[in-house]
Amino acid sequence: MSTPLHIGFIPLVDAAALIVAVDKGFTAAEGLDVTLVREVSWSNVRDKLNIGLFDAAHLLAPVAIASSLGLGHVKVPIVAPFNLGLNGNAITVAPALHAAILAEIDGDPFDPMATALALARVVAKRRKSGAEPLTFGMTFPFSTHNYQLRFWMAAGGVDPDEDVRLVVLPPPYMVDSLRNGHVDAFCVGAPWNSIAVDFGIGRILHFVSDILVSAVEKVLAVRQDWSEKNPDVVAALVRAHIRAAEFIEQPQNRAEAARILGQPERIGVDPEVIQRTLDGRLKIASDGTMRESGRYLLVGREGAARPDPAQAAWLYAQMVRWGQTALRPDALRTAMGVFRPDLYDIASGHQGKASEASDAIGAFAGPAFNPEDIAGHLAAFRIGRWKP
Amino acid sequence: MSAESSPKIVIVDESPIRAAILEEGLREAGFTSVVHISEMQSLLARIYALDPDVIVIDLENPSRDVLEQMFQVSRAVRRPIAMFVDQSDAASIQASVDAGVSAYIVDGLKKERLKPILDLCISRFNAFSKLQDELDRAKSALEDRKVIDRAKGILMKLKGLTEEEAYVLLRSTAMREKKKISEIAQSILTASELLK
Repeated sequence: MSTPLHIGFIPLVDAAALIVAVDKGFTAAEGLDVTLVREVSWSNVRDKLNIGLFDAAHLLAPVAIASSLGLGHVKVPIVAPFNLGLNGNAITVAPALHAAILAEIDGDPFDPMATALALARVVAKRRKSGAEPLTFGMTFPFSTHNYQLRFWMAAGGVDPDEDVRLVVLPPPYMVDSLRNGHVDAFCVGAPWNSIAVDFGIGRILHFVSDILVSAVEKVLAVRQDWSEKNPDVVAALVRAHIRAAEFIEQPQNRAEAARILGQPERIGVDPEVIQRTLDGRLKIASDGTMRESGRYLLVGREGAARPDPAQAAWLYAQMVRWGQTALRPDALRTAMGVFRPDLYDIASGHQGKASEASDAIGAFAGPAFNPEDIAGHLAAFRIGRWKP
Repeated sequence: MSAESSPKIVIVDESPIRAAILEEGLREAGFTSVVHISEMQSLLARIYALDPDVIVIDLENPSRDVLEQMFQVSRAVRRPIAMFVDQSDAASIQASVDAGVSAYIVDGLKKERLKPILDLCISRFNAFSKLQDELDRAKSALEDRKVIDRAKGILMKLKGLTEEEAYVLLRSTAMREKKKISEIAQSILTASELLK
């Protein structure tokens, strides 16, 4: 008898492993009868997971942590037994802002320190001339996009709360908002950066992998109590996802994966645009300039799918840095406990190992990240809402 | 806001009919200060300008995430708001999600004052869904009617039957095959299209 499951997702390319696991029949092969439910907001995904309308969900990693800590909403402990992907976001800027940054830049435009310093000069000039502050769009208060934008601009001396405006925009509204000047730039996942480029209204300034070498993005999230009551279902679900991630990472399967993801009831965009993302080969400007990166989006390769508690600690540190919560040792432990490599290992059937790098994040600025000493780490950054 | 005055309620909904139903219900219940926002551009700026005590939004609206930003304490946010959640009141969260509506309470308003507003929103949202279902059913009944009429016409022409005989034939076939009359009618239409 197969187990019926309802799983929520937002139409983004980083839901790839989930969608392929279901539509290629990998979940059915594990005895799971999955109904995918497309949602319009992260608030909906979170609430429906919390109250049990969803058994599992494609979720922003920081939302899983915030929910477990009771930040911004009801406290519902969540666990993540599978990373749906590392990286995958990009920062896209309007042509006017791109030109302004290039006019101020000292160095290579792919160097995030050079662009952040240039942005600081653009911001200072605008202030002097009495122009409105620049507005940056991101997807959710507890989102990687929020933290990535903040980390980048603060490294150049721009205070994200004082010098610019950061606003939440639902991803499908990003492109229109850039077109009508509601925002000057945004940080979002695929396919929205490529769509802005294809419309000729935006230029991809950075892949997030320029800012952080490895940044956890979305996770497969389940309620902790549910996972404890249904260990076999969790293992079966994770196995189906591992198979799907392996399928997607084979270059010869990418066209088929992109076709599956592009279907109207899934992501609903041109498979060609989706494949560019999976291949890490993106058009970054409307003149056709291409950029390739082996780190644009990692769906399972290089151990990307195995949850790493150090990543959860880094996200928690960002919540502290930007004043969303206070630094508390028990909260740090709770945050790290959301990421469950043990559940991944049970499903995969072998003992995985954590990243051997001394710093799992690889940020372009600041000291190496050490989950054991978040206060010391944050003290190294001049801009932030956290005070020791 | 004085404790006695009617709280100012903002309805964020792209469906004008549903918003009208909700607004009417709220007014009938004595909530006189109700404003409807249907345009999602610059939503936060409009909400700040209106400065409401309660915000009601439908769950099909992607802009729910925009409201979540108002929970954050930052320079962009003047009056923090929170979703109406009571850790002890799971039933009301469940009921509101089922109905497809969610309510946010702006700093200062007492929770007890929101409860009747939320309950009213839930019942009006449910009423609207029922209305929508009935409308959909009526629409599909009308569609079925048209299909059956066309199938009767084909049978009358091909088999020289009267309208009543054509209908009896459709009905008896449907009973024999355990199908709906409209399904048999549709298959006649499809077949006649293929054999043209």
